Amino acid sequence: MIPWAILIEAFVKIAVILGIVLTGVAYTTLAERKVSAWMQDRLGPNRVGPFGLLQPVADGLKFFFKEDITPREAYRPVYLLAPLLCLFPALITFAVIPFGTSITIRGATFPLVIAPGVDVGLIYLLALSSLGVYGILLAGWSSGNKYSMMGSLRSAGQVISYELGMGLSILTVVMWAGSFDLNAIVNAQTGSWKHPWFLIPHCLGFVVFVVCLFAETNRLPFDLPEGESEIVGGYHTEYSGLRFAMFFMGEYANMITASALMVLLFLGGWNLPFVRYEWFGPLWGGLLSMAVFFTKVFALCFVFIWVRWTLPRFRYDQLMNLGWKRLFPLAVLNLVLISTFLLLWEMYLRAWLLGGKP
Amino acid sequence: MKVQRPRLSLWERLYFPAILKGMWLTLQHIPRIKKRVTLQYPEERWDLPSRYRGAPVLLTGLDGQEKCTSCKLCQFICPPEAIRIVADETSLEKEKYPKEFYIDMGLCIFCGYCQEVCPVEAIWLKEEYELAGFDRTDLIFDKVKLLEMGRKPPYLPGKEKPLEEPR
Repeated sequence: MIPWAILIEAFVKIAVILGIVLTGVAYTTLAERKVSAWMQDRLGPNRVGPFGLLQPVADGLKFFFKEDITPREAYRPVYLLAPLLCLFPALITFAVIPFGTSITIRGATFPLVIAPGVDVGLIYLLALSSLGVYGILLAGWSSGNKYSMMGSLRSAGQVISYELGMGLSILTVVMWAGSFDLNAIVNAQTGSWKHPWFLIPHCLGFVVFVVCLFAETNRLPFDLPEGESEIVGGYHTEYSGLRFAMFFMGEYANMITASALMVLLFLGGWNLPFVRYEWFGPLWGGLLSMAVFFTKVFALCFVFIWVRWTLPRFRYDQLMNLGWKRLFPLAVLNLVLISTFLLLWEMYLRAWLLGGKP
Repeated sequence: MKVQRPRLSLWERLYFPAILKGMWLTLQHIPRIKKRVTLQYPEERWDLPSRYRGAPVLLTGLDGQEKCTSCKLCQFICPPEAIRIVADETSLEKEKYPKEFYIDMGLCIFCGYCQEVCPVEAIWLKEEYELAGFDRTDLIFDKVKLLEMGRKPPYLPGKEKPLEEPR
């Protein structure tokens, strides 16, 4: 009997999460168009439904009825696989992302994460979010088009220049929290004076991490693989219809995943400063923590959009310079500073400040 | 020639102050509802300038007859050769009239030479600019259509444009 209960619980959570994320993806595309319009003193889509709120539905229908073209020069198996590889990792990362404390109904406690207790959650997340880039690489390579090829080459170059800085900047968070478990990382930053959000002690790492995340999600200032003014459409030049829609959704799902990662690692997860969810009872506390988490995630999605419509695209060599000569040394510096501090804290400071044996 | 690039200070080379400044600028544009420039096209229409060159149409005189005397000057001067006239005799005082008069709006470049060259002010570029059709042959306007367009009331500058109601 017990496996059934676990399965049903997991399915309900998956349905909720996919519902939130896919609706989020749809409305982030609308938000992108609306916010970009407002920033340029335009109105944005306003014809489908009130204030254009049904625009994502119309877009989806349009993609659905478009012709699916495979170029003659394309390498078909990879060409067909690549869009899936772009969307799929972005969605399954949510298996380990905790999106709230826990809900207690009639004495049964449900932790608000699809796969609770994964103690290598962060590694899993990083591995999968890096996998999404392979979708772009393979799409550009298999299209049989030189512009697409250029796009995927740029993507390859981009990957090696930012992944190192990103990994190093996360390492300090793991050291501070003492765990790869995302739940433990969030619980280590409750927002009190003693356990502030990691944004405050790790501000240097946060900056490095944010810049790297922008590169990882292929958002402007780092959307070199797309580069529509230089290499037509980059990796997705040859795609149309639903396959293009998959790239499109993948980009926005990646954006939401990246925002969730940023919230979990640096912005305190579902924690608000000096607020404890025990005050609201086991059910409402859990739901409130979920609401706070997704509010933070979508606020960061707005920041992604905001940055996109503010900054121009980086040149290729500028990105390399930034990755290798700025972000990587900064991440190393951050690592050295934080680890030195942690060492001193463990050896002397804790005993000196809080008493007790060193 | 060698262009001297300005040497940036450390503060400028950090880029982040400049990025934040730019982001502040774009953020300020979001609540500016009054300054949005979008025209909701089928409902709202552009206020046309007084000498707007739209589609060339045929005008009628006070007697209700078309003014055109079928001299074919417009046909000769038309750069994309969009005008075709079939002339015929008439018992009227002008002795010659266009039996058929075609303007291919798909070819027309709205240069206004026909209007300039016409000795009797029979062809005129009016304010009509909604000329789309579902077929290229839909864009070849015949004499009946051109005269009908010419009979529409003229556009008065500064007033709302008296075109047909949006569907």
